[in-house]
Amino acid sequence: MTSEVARIEPLPAAARPGLLSAFWQGRTGPVLVVALAMVALWYAGAVWLNSPWQYDVFQRQDVEWTTTDLVRETLNQDRPVLPAPHQVLAEMQKTILEVAPDSRRSLIYHSWVTLSSTLLGFAIGSLLGILLAVGIVYVKALEKSLMPWVIASQTIPILAIAPMVVVVLGSIGLRGLIPKAVISTYLSFFPVTIGMVKGLRSPDPLQLDLMRTYSASRWQTFWKLRWPSSVPFLFTSLKVGIAISLVGAIVGELPTGAQAGLGARLLAGSYYGQTVQIWSALFTAAFIAALLVALVSLVERLVLKRMGVKP
Amino acid sequence: MARNGVERAVDVRDLSLTFQTADGPVYALSQVNLEVKAGDFVSFIGPSGCGKTTLMRVIADLEQPTGGNITVNGVSPQEARLARAYGYVFQAPALYPWRSIERNVALPLEIMGLGREERRERARKYLELVNLTGFDKKYPWQLSGGMQQRASIARALCFDPDLLLMDEPFGALDEIVRDHLNEQLLQLWDKTGKTVVFVTHSIPEAVFLSTHIVVMSPRPGRIIDIIESPLPRERPLDIRESPEFLEVAQRVREGLRAGHSYDE
Amino acid sequence: MTAGRLLPLLAGLFTLVALAFSPGGEARWFDGGAGSLLLALVPVFLLLAFWQRGSKAWRGLVYVIVGGIAVFGLLNLLQAGAAGAAGLGFWLYGLGVWAAVWHGVDCLSKAEIASAGWRRGRDLLVPTLFGIWLLVVWELLCRGFGIPQVLLPAPSVIGERIGNSSAMLWADFQQTFLKAVLVGYAIGCGSAFLTAILVDRVPFLRRGLLPMGNVISALPIVGTAPIMVMWFGFDWPSKAAVVVIMTFFPMLVNTVMGLSASGHLERDLMRSYAAGYWQTLIKLRLPMALPFIFNALKINSTLALIGAIVAEFFGTPIVGMGFRISTEVGRMNLDTVWAEIAVAAVAGSAFYGLVALIERGLTSWHPSYRQRS
Repeated sequence: MTSEVARIEPLPAAARPGLLSAFWQGRTGPVLVVALAMVALWYAGAVWLNSPWQYDVFQRQDVEWTTTDLVRETLNQDRPVLPAPHQVLAEMQKTILEVAPDSRRSLIYHSWVTLSSTLLGFAIGSLLGILLAVGIVYVKALEKSLMPWVIASQTIPILAIAPMVVVVLGSIGLRGLIPKAVISTYLSFFPVTIGMVKGLRSPDPLQLDLMRTYSASRWQTFWKLRWPSSVPFLFTSLKVGIAISLVGAIVGELPTGAQAGLGARLLAGSYYGQTVQIWSALFTAAFIAALLVALVSLVERLVLKRMGVKP
Repeated sequence: MARNGVERAVDVRDLSLTFQTADGPVYALSQVNLEVKAGDFVSFIGPSGCGKTTLMRVIADLEQPTGGNITVNGVSPQEARLARAYGYVFQAPALYPWRSIERNVALPLEIMGLGREERRERARKYLELVNLTGFDKKYPWQLSGGMQQRASIARALCFDPDLLLMDEPFGALDEIVRDHLNEQLLQLWDKTGKTVVFVTHSIPEAVFLSTHIVVMSPRPGRIIDIIESPLPRERPLDIRESPEFLEVAQRVREGLRAGHSYDE
Repeated sequence: MTAGRLLPLLAGLFTLVALAFSPGGEARWFDGGAGSLLLALVPVFLLLAFWQRGSKAWRGLVYVIVGGIAVFGLLNLLQAGAAGAAGLGFWLYGLGVWAAVWHGVDCLSKAEIASAGWRRGRDLLVPTLFGIWLLVVWELLCRGFGIPQVLLPAPSVIGERIGNSSAMLWADFQQTFLKAVLVGYAIGCGSAFLTAILVDRVPFLRRGLLPMGNVISALPIVGTAPIMVMWFGFDWPSKAAVVVIMTFFPMLVNTVMGLSASGHLERDLMRSYAAGYWQTLIKLRLPMALPFIFNALKINSTLALIGAIVAEFFGTPIVGMGFRISTEVGRMNLDTVWAEIAVAAVAGSAFYGLVALIERGLTSWHPSYRQRS
């Protein structure tokens, strides 16, 4: 029995949790402060990293300069070592909002190219992963022979195969969306398999015995017990899977010097020293990743709520 | 029996403790007065929510009172804690899974900076005291629940504190093991002459073990009655069938009934 | 039960029917060593199909061994002239052998073995067989169908390449693994660990950094590779920098979570001993955090290698695993690419295995190991 200690959690500070203290005691405040600190650090870093070049410029032009000048100029260089946040945002605003979405200069266009293969690969990969997990849980020979390899395959740098997959599939006539989706499929399918095997095995012996007392069929045990028990595990691995799918699609765009997609933007930026372009592509990718994970989380919350799981 | 010439192991005056929660204040303890003499075996008994564990945690300086005074061994609970004046036994054994039984028992000694040889010697000695000789090299998971709890008692005793605080130590064990451990605990108390403060919600356990039984009641947490047991220090298990025992148990039960409104 | 009876029957049936068709090319069933060996095995498969006695373990072993001999025969049959032109007979026979081996593995997996030692041996044998089997199927398909090397080289070709170019592979391994990966891993994990201990002392920072760290872990961090290449140059330090960034956040998040993994009772216990911050950290919280920390170390062992290889796609001196993969892909030297991938796979697994081994030594008390012993 847990007695009074468990029930009465003392509050450390203020007598009544006000709105402000909730803000600081909760997560919002700290996250905000940490984020602001990061932006500040970034600005400082930009000034520091870009200043050597700026010194040269000042020297060549032979002008008097103050610290204010230095800061202003370092934060607005054309090809800075580290672009300032506002430069990246301006570039993103230009390439996302102002350019027509179907133009090759639009980040929306490139994002869509990457996103479509991410989603296709993720969908196929998740489905495959679930099927394989069901096979591993129900077929003894698969469990013994395949499972160690599924686990071992996690330790292999799968992304290294990406360029080869793209080139080989390209040489048999598959280009564009499919090869990248294959890489995403491959990457997302392992976490889903492992998570689902865990999930399908998560019902405890008592619950399984209960199904036995009803002399439930394997099929019934699956749908009424194993599948529902595995749902939380499924979503956890889906979140990992969709994030890694995006990485797969981006890396898949590198080897052929692909013409479209966020990976291609990164590569082109690094060829021509366009740091602002690299950073804006990177930010867009980060934004998409966060969005995708948030989307899966949202679906997770809705599904779990429907299933009556305590939030 | 009392060291440092302090007769009162615990002295509580008008103690109260109020928790602030989102649903408003909870009066965990209200106007509690209690005196525990050195060498006593005192049990707190009451329904859940009566503040018995909270009172014990205040004594241990794990919780701060919001009113009143309390001294442990004549000093404040914090000073007593810093002087390592008490050993605490929790509801669960709370043994560290990565340490062998011997090293678990020696943990407080390590923290207090004793040498390796002395640690080992003391750990062995107290493991013998709780009848766990030969289990020193085992890991916690290799022991039964009762044995684990005995090891945690050895851990509480091994630095030889004057005061032993036990918070429902046998609550999670089955009755047969519990009877056995109760008997052993009494022998241990007799041998060592420690002061024991014991929290329980079992009437027979409280009556069997204690020299004084503190009956408590919830909302607000307060003391209803303090019963001094007429039973002798020597107590075989079958004392529980004696009329004296049943009489004390009856008083405890009445006290509980008087303080408890059965509104749950 | 049906599957248990079906597979042996299929093995017998397929191998028998296969004889009615040509194995393809110049190979014949009735002459040559390989052909006659396979011919002789057909009655064995037929007999085995009606063999009902014996324990599952023995049955499985017999099937696996006979299947192994048949595979040897099939490989030689390719040598004897069926390469690139394998006929229906060859594939039917192959399917029969598949059924036989599958049945063998199935029996072995289900066998109830009393001795713990043998059981462990079985648990090693079955996946090993599966791995070998994958390679064999790969080899048979590649050579049987005559798949062009630019598409998919056979394992034997890749093996040959590993043997021939070991000096180059070693140089690449040195550049990518011994320099970029190990240095980046050590700096990334080490600094994250120290940061975690600092963050843990400030609850405000902990609440702020933990959600951020979780978000950042999901971001495509490999994308920072071109930036690192610009900042730190083409050689290995830029790759190590990518590895540092990739490994930092998983380690930070896991260590911070691990440090708060100890329960109330354990912490109250330390408090009752009046233990100081460092005593509590070293005696309670760090041991409690070890499983979390090792979880991050294991995740990071894989991430580090991925980071280093992918970072090399953005520019390197003319050595390194990622560099080799991207350039040889361009030249269609797929055997070299596969050889490099094999090295990466072995290095990755070995690295992971080493971390797991250390973990086992340090956290043998943890429940997840307890059940096995």
